Amino acid sequence: MSIKIGEGPFHQRVEKGLNNPFMRGAVSSAQERFQQRKASAIEELGNWEEWRSLGEEIRQHTIEHLDFYLNQLSENIIKRGGHVFFAATAEEANHYIRDVVQSKNGKKVVKSKSMVTEEISLNACLEEAGCEVIETDLGEYILQVDDHDPPSHIVTPALHKNKEQIRDVFKAKLGYTKSEMPEELALHARELLRKEFLSADIGITGCNFAVAESGSISLVTNEGNARLVTALPKTQITVMGMERIVPTFEELDILVSLLTRSAVGQKLTSYVTALTGPRTEGEVDGPEEFHLVIVDNGRSSILGTDFQSVLQCIRCAACINVCPVYRHVGGHSYGSIYPGPIGAVLTPLLEGYEDHKELPYASTLCAACSEACPVKIPLHDLLHKHRQVIVEREGKAPVSEKLIMKAFGFGISSPALYQMGSKFAPMAMKPFVGENQSISKGPGPLKSWTDSREFPAPDQERFRDWMKSRAKGGRIDENRYRS
Amino acid sequence: MKVTLFATCLVDMFHSNVGKATVELLEKLGCEIEFPQGQICCGQPAYNSGYVKDAKQAMKHMITVFEQAEYIVTPSGSCATMFKEYPHILKDEPDWQHRAQLVANKTYELTQFIVQVLKREDLGATLNGKATVHTSCHMTRLLGAKSEPFTLLNNVQGLEVIPLDKSQDCCGFGGTFSVKMGQISEQMVDEKVSHIEDSKADFLIGADCGCLMNIKGRIDRKKSPVTVLHIAEVLNSQ
Ligand code: SF4
Repeated sequence: MSIKIGEGPFHQRVEKGLNNPFMRGAVSSAQERFQQRKASAIEELGNWEEWRSLGEEIRQHTIEHLDFYLNQLSENIIKRGGHVFFAATAEEANHYIRDVVQSKNGKKVVKSKSMVTEEISLNACLEEAGCEVIETDLGEYILQVDDHDPPSHIVTPALHKNKEQIRDVFKAKLGYTKSEMPEELALHARELLRKEFLSADIGITGCNFAVAESGSISLVTNEGNARLVTALPKTQITVMGMERIVPTFEELDILVSLLTRSAVGQKLTSYVTALTGPRTEGEVDGPEEFHLVIVDNGRSSILGTDFQSVLQCIRCAACINVCPVYRHVGGHSYGSIYPGPIGAVLTPLLEGYEDHKELPYASTLCAACSEACPVKIPLHDLLHKHRQVIVEREGKAPVSEKLIMKAFGFGISSPALYQMGSKFAPMAMKPFVGENQSISKGPGPLKSWTDSREFPAPDQERFRDWMKSRAKGGRIDENRYRS
Repeated sequence: MKVTLFATCLVDMFHSNVGKATVELLEKLGCEIEFPQGQICCGQPAYNSGYVKDAKQAMKHMITVFEQAEYIVTPSGSCATMFKEYPHILKDEPDWQHRAQLVANKTYELTQFIVQVLKREDLGATLNGKATVHTSCHMTRLLGAKSEPFTLLNNVQGLEVIPLDKSQDCCGFGGTFSVKMGQISEQMVDEKVSHIEDSKADFLIGADCGCLMNIKGRIDRKKSPVTVLHIAEVLNSQ
């Protein structure tokens, strides 16, 4: 069980991403669309920075009192006749869900979109137990039909595919005969999915936010599939990450406002649903039985650490939608179901550094992510924090980097060493300097730079030496500036 | 007014022209320049790569070198940001944190200093042609110096400042990122240079030598006709 996706080491995955023009085209145009829509949605709302502060405050407060609110939530759900299960690990969550499904003699499970069930690999567990599991979110459905292609984005999981590719998948797998028009593709999926909804025994959903005061869970979708998942099958199981909770409907209102604007640039999505427990007497719809599975899977060990703020995340993907690294390499390069800046922070926390030690370095620390985050998670600071842990605690610093640090003596060395290094740099670099006073083929770690760029030759006279001779009344050379 | 110049290591070793322009410009504006020879690098490359302990050594040295200053001015948004971060990084050592805070409080990026402290906007500079501006990430997002370069450039005689598509995107420098993640960095700088070329500007102007070295490196490799200038050079041109 793992959030890991894809094969091969990081640099190989990146290379594959960089050489995939279809993916890169699809990702960069999607990013542009998302950014534009978000910009107009927040402009229309006004006072965005105040909204962000409010969002941050709510999330911080909730995370600081997580035990209290989780307790309140589960008490309220039980009061309404629902069942609550706290799963410490992915395995515990999967086994509980499998047992519920089997106790109902469930054969067919329909699911609405849920990243946490991806995280715990729930589908594989249920399929192993002989169930048929059908994803009903269109993006997830496309990926499932395409031989379980992994998601590359947390809101729009099939973002890496363009419509022609989706048409081809449907043709190959679903007997589709029409064009690549999104309306026709969606209609085809819809017709097939409708039958599945009607014949399913169990519905499984994720959870955007649980509301502690009422024991409700809320789902934010544009397709309405979550409503069918929760209205038709007799048993509903909702799976939530333990941090996805708000105290009351008042905070829910604010966070949903931030979520829909940040995620898709909408004031509201087409459906925002709040469900409270199983169907009770006198109600006409809803499941007969309701289970909430609250998943820890490494989250509680983030509490109280320097990384606690990552638990504020509302999974809106705004950070992913502005990230220039993500734009070029695509989601699969991250090797995790959580890609982009949030993924690079979260993945090593949930799964350790061993398989994911490159992720914190896959960023220029440009802070576009931190600026975009609606709940003000300082993502670039957290990426930096990871680097510190890798260097100082884990001792896993990449060799090439240690080399660079030593080679340049930048900052880490003593003033005397700096003085000496910078003084002799022109001489040391001389063999590599070309006619145009720049280096086209650099030695050692510089090679990676000069593969695509010129590197300047060190100045013959350091600036500090110029200052020295100037202080002594030295010359000023006049013709330096072009105008 | 007495100004203590923090040149930055890139200026010291690779871009002395930028340092010279900064000195001449500030002198023209009536400042008296002091240059402590004890200055080294602000520690950012080590810090950003996770070598925090090592960076702290460099930082403490820099605090001792600069704490007597009245104003600390640097022609780099990113290094100014680093000085501003010192108190936060040294938060576990209250004594140092206090000293770092005093240093941070009087640190200014060059254009910020000119506009906010000297309260000058038209510096009487001349440069003929069209220019577009690279707004560096640390300078805009972390330091918050967004408008100052434009305020000053809009007053340069003969210069038309034109917009740059996707100007908010990082150029792909990121210090050691540029070599550690060379392939990705290449794509990012390539995209940046394409936007610069599409703008049809004669000049690309910026306020951070790291970004400029990266962008110029790609422009030169592509033999693109755009001239890359640091804003100090532009403001000092006549
Ligand atoms: S880190 Fe912030 S921007 Fe990124 S997904 Fe989470 S809430 Fe959204």
